[in-house]
Amino acid sequence: MEQVITAHKLSKKFGDFIATNEITFSVNKGEIFGFLGANGAGKTTAMRMLCGLSIPSSGEATIAGFDIYKQTEEIKKSIGYMSQRFSLYEDLTVRENIRFFGGIYGLSIPQIKLKTEELLGSLGLEKEANKLVSGLPLGWRQKLSFSVAILHNPKLVFLDEPTGGVDPLTRRQFWNMIYEAAAKGLTVFVTTHYMDEAEYCDRISMMVDGKIEAMGTPAALKQQFDAPNMDHVFYQLARGAKRKE
Amino acid sequence: MKQFMSFVTKEFYHVLRDRKTLFILFGMPVVQILIFGFALTTEVKNSKIVVLNMAHDQSSRLLIDQIEASAYFETSRELNSFSQVEEEFKRGEIRLALVIPANFEQNMRRGEQVKLQLINDASDPNTATTLGNYMGFILADFQRMHFPTAPLPMQIVSEIKMLYNPQLKGAPNFVPGVMAMVLMLICVMMTSVAIVREKETGTMEILLVSPFKPILVIFSKAFPYLLLSLVNVSSILLLSVFVLNLPINGSLFLLYAMSTLFIITCLSIGILISVRTNSQQVAMLISLMGMLLPALLFSGFMFPIENMPIPLQVISNIVPAKWYYIIVKAVMIKGLGFMSIWKEAAILLLMTFVLLGISLKKFKIRLA
Repeated sequence: MEQVITAHKLSKKFGDFIATNEITFSVNKGEIFGFLGANGAGKTTAMRMLCGLSIPSSGEATIAGFDIYKQTEEIKKSIGYMSQRFSLYEDLTVRENIRFFGGIYGLSIPQIKLKTEELLGSLGLEKEANKLVSGLPLGWRQKLSFSVAILHNPKLVFLDEPTGGVDPLTRRQFWNMIYEAAAKGLTVFVTTHYMDEAEYCDRISMMVDGKIEAMGTPAALKQQFDAPNMDHVFYQLARGAKRKE
Repeated sequence: MKQFMSFVTKEFYHVLRDRKTLFILFGMPVVQILIFGFALTTEVKNSKIVVLNMAHDQSSRLLIDQIEASAYFETSRELNSFSQVEEEFKRGEIRLALVIPANFEQNMRRGEQVKLQLINDASDPNTATTLGNYMGFILADFQRMHFPTAPLPMQIVSEIKMLYNPQLKGAPNFVPGVMAMVLMLICVMMTSVAIVREKETGTMEILLVSPFKPILVIFSKAFPYLLLSLVNVSSILLLSVFVLNLPINGSLFLLYAMSTLFIITCLSIGILISVRTNSQQVAMLISLMGMLLPALLFSGFMFPIENMPIPLQVISNIVPAKWYYIIVKAVMIKGLGFMSIWKEAAILLLMTFVLLGISLKKFKIRLA
């Protein structure tokens, strides 16, 4: 099985504070990997290192086979990123947003045109194509945002709390999009606070105080902690946390 | 390059869709030029004066006509006695009274010294001096025209010669000043706010994760403001030539080249501010208080630097607007060439390199 992410004893220190403490894990191609943890557990720091936004203090990692110290340019081309805060420009129209992100990822103009029509069709946004994003409902913006993040056909997409603030139905639809993309071979690395979403992942890891305390399929974790659902697994682990937000 | 173009296009959408920004961007230079040109001018026009004509001969008529023909004075009425002059001043309606002595023409022809009296309302000393100067010029003109053989000096002949600005117009002074201020404001404030906005909305992260190089992010954010500022330079120059009748004496190309250099200096300041701050408000405050105010105080445009205490004179040297102001005055008003401004240009260039160097270094540190 091809491994899209490998991390070995990856750490990040800020002075005396160890934000991420020797985390080791790997993610397979086409897998939906849930990266869970309480606020302040070190998820964001870990994710920033994997995206090439932040240089690790020690440890090794590869993304899509590229080294995160030396090959950040190659990594950036093979990943997509969608953040909890908005990834789209609200004062640009839907079409202009797609064009812009296509442009900075180096797609050619015909490619962008093709992708735009394809995307507008699959999202059912044909009528809204020339409207400003600020006028779109939150759920649609997030779906659009996800589509834009994978516009350049990356191998791996990072989703940083992608479903914050949307209703359960829209979240469900959003996850259907993730499944579809994963079925086509896209690897998904997702952080979330919703434990029902954790159940949708193929495999999850739980971070507590900068360390990965548990990792496995949702079923295996529930069994390991003798818990009826992921909520309980999370409580058991997070209760032991010393770090407060 | 294609990436850069998509980025710049996007930046233009941002600017063009934000009505408030647009208004500041294009409205401000026009408003400032008009305010400085017509309201805050040091020129004194249409001052009401009275003439006490004791001569009643043809020459005195000619003189009064000439005074009236100028844009500076308006003779409200002619008087018959000194007591009336005082009354007029007390009523506060006039600023100046001119007394033409008896036998004006006769004495002029004989080449004798003729004493005209100018009575000024010196409660506003600056205006009084200015009006006295204006009148001096008119009298000298008059003498030259009608009594070319008369010996100089006449009674009221001002020895002051006004280089470059013989009519003592205000425009030569403030047009370069307004240019410096507007460019400073637009480039520093708008650029820093535009970059910090991306940080605030979280889109900066998306950009940094993309293969688009961070340094290009910064340049493509600043680039549209370079173009827009050049548009503003043009609109200020057009206004000053066609509305304020202030011609451009030097090379237009040199003026644009120097403006571009100053714009780049200002953009570097804007970039530096944006690298160091995380909120639009802070960026705006720093731009206004830290940049615009010194530009106003230390450019020499409103307050002469020569009169400042030494420490302030030293401080004024680090204000880029000061150097740009000197350059624009030299090129636009005095019509001088590059050889006389190369030092100022070199100083601006050096400032730009230092500022850009610091901000790029800081920008990289932030990424780590």
